[in-house]
Amino acid sequence: MNGEPLVRWDWLLAHLGPIADRVGQHLYLAAIAVGVGFAISFALAALSIRRRRIYPFVVVLATAAYTIPSFAMFVALVAITGPSVISAEIPLVLYTLILFVPNIVAGFDSVPWDVLDAADGMGYTRGQRLWRVELPLAVPLVVVSLRLASVSTIGLVTVTAILGDSLGGLGYYILDGYHRHFTTEILAGGLLSIGLAVVADRGFVLLQRLLTPWAARRTVGG
Amino acid sequence: MSSRLSSFGPVSGSAGVASRTGAASLEFRGVTKRYGRGEQAHDAVNDLSFEVPAGAICVLVGPSGCGKTTSLKMVNRLIEPTAGEILLDGVNVLTEDVTELRRRIGYVIQQVGLFPHLTVGRNVAVVPALVGWSKERQRVRADELLSLVGLDPASYRSRYPYQLSGGERQRVGVARALAADPPLMLMDEPFAAVDPIVRERLQDEFLRLQRDLAKTILFVTHDIDEAIKMGDFVVVMEEGGRLAQFGPPDEILAHPASDFVARFVGADRGLKRLSLVTIADLELESTAGSARAGLPTFAPSTRLRDALSVLLAADSRGGVALDDGGRPRGFVTVDAIASALSEDGHGRARLPKGAGARAAAGDAEIAAANHASAAPGDAKVTAAGGDS
Repeated sequence: MNGEPLVRWDWLLAHLGPIADRVGQHLYLAAIAVGVGFAISFALAALSIRRRRIYPFVVVLATAAYTIPSFAMFVALVAITGPSVISAEIPLVLYTLILFVPNIVAGFDSVPWDVLDAADGMGYTRGQRLWRVELPLAVPLVVVSLRLASVSTIGLVTVTAILGDSLGGLGYYILDGYHRHFTTEILAGGLLSIGLAVVADRGFVLLQRLLTPWAARRTVGG
Repeated sequence: MSSRLSSFGPVSGSAGVASRTGAASLEFRGVTKRYGRGEQAHDAVNDLSFEVPAGAICVLVGPSGCGKTTSLKMVNRLIEPTAGEILLDGVNVLTEDVTELRRRIGYVIQQVGLFPHLTVGRNVAVVPALVGWSKERQRVRADELLSLVGLDPASYRSRYPYQLSGGERQRVGVARALAADPPLMLMDEPFAAVDPIVRERLQDEFLRLQRDLAKTILFVTHDIDEAIKMGDFVVVMEEGGRLAQFGPPDEILAHPASDFVARFVGADRGLKRLSLVTIADLELESTAGSARAGLPTFAPSTRLRDALSVLLAADSRGGVALDDGGRPRGFVTVDAIASALSEDGHGRARLPKGAGARAAAGDAEIAAANHASAAPGDAKVTAAGGDS
């Protein structure tokens, strides 16, 4: 813009420490959102499986949450919970629900009926069937939902930068670079965020391979 | 391919035959299953009563929707009866703890229902694991059962179900059902999902296995030929879940109790009866002519239906029955085979000399079956002969 090179390597080298801290914060914010979102979603999915009639309502609510623009939700929450981690996490968690719940439900639905029939016929109790048969067999789709939610959340964490300099993870560099017309900062924040998303995705694929040695090798995108 | 078709019998050098505990008697007493209420109500099973002695195979057979699977699932209470009692060794299963009950009853289904996430070895040991056997005892038992159903434990125990052929899966399914040595096995169309060649082999080998195990078995099929082959007793059911006939296979073929049963067993029931009898069962008094060269020869285990087919195909007046040592035992003629169906016949043929065979009851049926469309006298039977 003003005759500078596209990437100022000297700036990157001088800021390795702070960049590493921002990577850490980014992962921390994303991990909380994915973890809490998964816990809430698992409960909602379990409820939906037992009472099928509530499932459409759960999906409608989760979809509705997803339609709210993230920017608007972060700004609105500042008025209530201030520029805090809470304000960052509430939208991040809400956005994961629509990625988790349908996939977890589909995971349990994908357990073949003959396997359930055999389990019942051989004398599994209800709880034994859930933990020893249904849950392990739902793992492939549950892992798919973890991949979706983690990639989506890692991207969204950058938007939390609008809550203030103390938040945002790598988004801090994107926003700061934008204000200062400093391309190197924008690229660093953006590319590292993409890198984290890819690493998380591959990590879950690896996890699935470890958890499901029994599956014929046709993992989506694996 | 050879391993996929490998025998159900013990693998050589295996741990040997599974231990033999008792078998239980099974009785259905006025069992009814009704779905819906009021005008919507219909009976899937209606007042079903029959009794199976310990150690026998009883086959429930009938057209689809006749309630045979419902009946089977009421024994381990996957479906609860609306009325009646099911007695296992005289004890009503409805009074027992349902989980305990199911763990004592072997269960094999058409789709097998192996657990995809467990190895073959752990699949087989599922019930022992549920009832708390030690890991070591589970492992030993799984190996023993894999050998019993003809799968080499060393090569199979660590595989996953997706790595097995259909026939192998079904063998594992049988092994799993036998794991806790149940006094009763429920088998719901266990061999229906494999191709005909594998099915016949699995049937033969299961019957051989059963000779040692002597479990009480309730077996469901829609295939009358399988029912006749597998059953010591056959329960023919008709729509509405009613009992059409109960008895040994030969009795049902020889004396169908109703038009429905006659239609269901088929116009070729005479031939089917022949498949229940082997050459060894024939009393042959004459060895005259048996030395002649070029005639078909029959091992003792040859079924009369197959022997007849060979004689007709070879356009031969007779063949030579061999004894266990392969020596000629007597002369088998078409007449001699036909006479096995005579009224007193449980395969005990008298020496046929022409006239006797012509009067034999089965003779007309064989003719009718061979010329099915041209047998007006048997039209009613022929017309529905294909629906079995």
